[in-house]
Order: sequence, then structure tokens, then C-alpha cells
Amino acid sequence: MADTVGEVVQTKVTVTVNGKQQSARVEPRMLLVHFLRDELGLTGTHVGCDTSQCGACVVTVDGLTTKSCTKLAVQVDGSSIETIEGLADGSEFHPIQDAFWEKHGLQCGYCTPGMIMSTKALLERNADPTEEEIRHELEGNMCRCTGYQNIVRSVQHAAEKMREQGAD
Amino acid sequence: MFPTSFAYHQATSVADAVAALAGNPEAKVLAGGHSLIPAMKLRLATPGLLIDLGRVSELKGVSIENGVATIGAMTTYDELRFADGVAAAFPIVSDAINVIGDQQVRAHGTIGGALAHNDPAADMTAVFLVLGGSVQVTGSSGERTVSGEDLFVDLWTTSLEPDEVITRILIPVPAEGTLTAYKKHAHPASGYAVVGVAIAIERANGVVSGASIVVTGATSKPTHAAAAEAALIGKKLDDEAIGGAASAAAVGLEVNGDTYASEAYRIQLIKVLTKRAIEFAINR
Repeated sequence: MADTVGEVVQTKVTVTVNGKQQSARVEPRMLLVHFLRDELGLTGTHVGCDTSQCGACVVTVDGLTTKSCTKLAVQVDGSSIETIEGLADGSEFHPIQDAFWEKHGLQCGYCTPGMIMSTKALLERNADPTEEEIRHELEGNMCRCTGYQNIVRSVQHAAEKMREQGAD
Repeated sequence: MFPTSFAYHQATSVADAVAALAGNPEAKVLAGGHSLIPAMKLRLATPGLLIDLGRVSELKGVSIENGVATIGAMTTYDELRFADGVAAAFPIVSDAINVIGDQQVRAHGTIGGALAHNDPAADMTAVFLVLGGSVQVTGSSGERTVSGEDLFVDLWTTSLEPDEVITRILIPVPAEGTLTAYKKHAHPASGYAVVGVAIAIERANGVVSGASIVVTGATSKPTHAAAAEAALIGKKLDDEAIGGAASAAAVGLEVNGDTYASEAYRIQLIKVLTKRAIEFAINR
């Protein structure tokens, strides 16, 4: 799978992103976040701290919440990835997106894609989390605007919406 | 932030990984990557070859048989804590994993990776040592078993040979009635243990018959609080005995200080967390 371009060895990476299979040849050192943004043009996933602290780059990889700055693209070859771009159904927001809108779970919005993707992974494991569980599970996502109060409310509201949807 | 260039090998088996490691001093093994990749981004680590164990299925899985848990080295924290029987047999494992890093680390970080990395502020290393764990390793010269006491050498240093890979972690299930707990003061930014204390205390006829207390975060490697262990033996586990163990917990330890927590502060935390861990285990 590897070939050499000049001095640089490149490896073919094929992933399914938001349901669509995509391939690119990349250097092994390319981080997943740069693969998504620069190779696939999916710039909804943000680079915040670049040191694995802030969670702005969170996506899910085979359903697991993942800081995409802490995975190499070559590591996730063959995996299924979901990014913020995959959540809305056309012009219909995902219930988590609606909840963040309705409960003012963002101000500048930079952390929001990661916050929402972490929330999605959380609610898939735990449909009715307590406030303490929400704060604990979202510890890897930093927000420098909101003070987190409205983020917690948004997650609780999203959980309600998703439970109602599930009950329909 | 980009790591320096490296060659990448996705290992297909333990034998394949060992063959790739052998004779290649530039090679590093990639497990969950949540310590190594951040270090590579900062160029604190610059391996020439990365050998990825992520697809080696023989390194996955948890089983508890004949009083011993066998944990595949590439088992993640979440896979371990949610595996059948683990929460019941090892409440201390759940204590520790619940306070490791953040949810992304718990989803991707591996038990074998944590032990091989031997970060002085890691949590799992202390739990592994306090329960009397050992590791099975495979290298060019075959397989061997290394006890926890022999595995950890110094800061980020283990007794593994350069061509050896941890394959399995063996942890004996504590005897019925053993008191176990892990308590930690986490660094507010990184989540690493400024100090962590793991305890496993056995009682017979109303007195302590076996005591294992391990400190992490404060010392260069996870270390037994031998004076506290000795102080408990033969004692009824009352307030006086717990207080005595707490007072003795830092005696004889070489405690490190840094800009966040001085040596004196860490010594105080060792005492306080020892007391809290024992009391928590009693009231669990």
C-alpha cells in the first residue's frame, strides 16, 4: 500500500466518512484532523489546542469518541468516521444541534463541533445522563465562552429530545 | 503541529511486531497512542519507525478464570472496565479508570500501553502493582513473565528489552473481603495524578493480615508505601490504625516536587489520600 513520492513514503488510506467512502494517499505522520480538513475538505472539525487537550477536533471513529488530532490517518484505515457535517439531515438539524441552538449552548462556536460529537457519543451510551455524568464525560472538551452551564442544559435538552424521538 | 517523518508498519501479529522491532533501535510501538502521539507532535519523541499494534486481534480481550484476570495488552480502559465480571471482581479498576484522562483517553488508551509507558503520574500502574499483577512479554528470544515489582524501573522506564512487547496482563482477583480503592488528586489541567494512592488490604480474624499500598504521581515510579503497609499488619482497622498508616505513608519515599506541587504538598497529599482510600474502601 505504500509508495514513495520523492523522499516521502505515502500510504493509501480509505475511510467511510459520514457514510461516504473516501481515499487519499498520505504521509504516515498526517493526523486524522488534517486528513479530514485538508484532504477531504471537511473543515467543520476544528483544530484548537493541537496538544490533545481541548476537544475541538472530536469526531467519532467506529462509534468511539476520538480526538482527531491524536490519531494518525493511517491508524483509522478501513474505519467509519462521523464528523459534524454528517449530523444534519439536509436542512433538518440533528436533535443535539437543535438543543445547542435552543439552549444557547455556544457563544463563539469554535468548540461546538467537538462538543456536539462528544455529546453524541455520550448519549449513545447513556440516554439519560445526570448533570455530574455530563460534566465528567465532557471533561475533554473545553469551552472558553459559556462557562459550561448552557452546554450542560443543551445536553440535557438533547437527551430529552432523543428519548422522545426514540419513544415515537 | 506535525510529528517528524517516520515509516509506519501495521503489525499483523505479535510475531510480526517483534520481527519489525528487532534490530531497529529507531522503532517505537504504537498502542492507543494517547501518550506517544502527543509526545511525537511536540517532537519529544521522534521514532523512525512506528509499529502499530492496533489491528493485532490476539492482543484484545479480557477473561477471568481460576482467580486470575487475563487482559490482552491492547484492551482499552473502557473495554476493561465494561468487561464481564471486572466491576465486581475489581472495584479498584473501575475507581481508577473513571478518573483517567478524559473520555477520549478512556476510549482509546490501552492497559498494555500504560504499563509499557510507565508515566510517573499514571493511574493504572499503581492499581496493577497494588494487586500484585504481572505481564507476559514476547521478544526475539521468546516469552517470559515479568512481575510488577520488576517491571517498573524509573521515570518512563521499564525492564522490557528493546525488542519485547507486552502481550498480556495478569492480575489475581483479590480474596473475598479484601478492601481495595484508588484515590487521586488530579492535576486540574492535564488530569494526571499529582498524587494517587491505591490500596488492597486483607483481614483475618478482625485484624489486618496483608496490606498493599502503592503511591503514584509523587515518585519516579509507582512505589509501595512500605512503612504504612507495615504499620497496619496485625492491627484492627480502626481510626487509630488508619491514622497511623496515613502518617507513615510517605516515610522512606523519594517524593518529587515541581512547579504545581512541592515535595511537602505531595507528602501531605499522600497521607490524606491514603486515609481517604482506606475509609472509602471500608464504607464502599
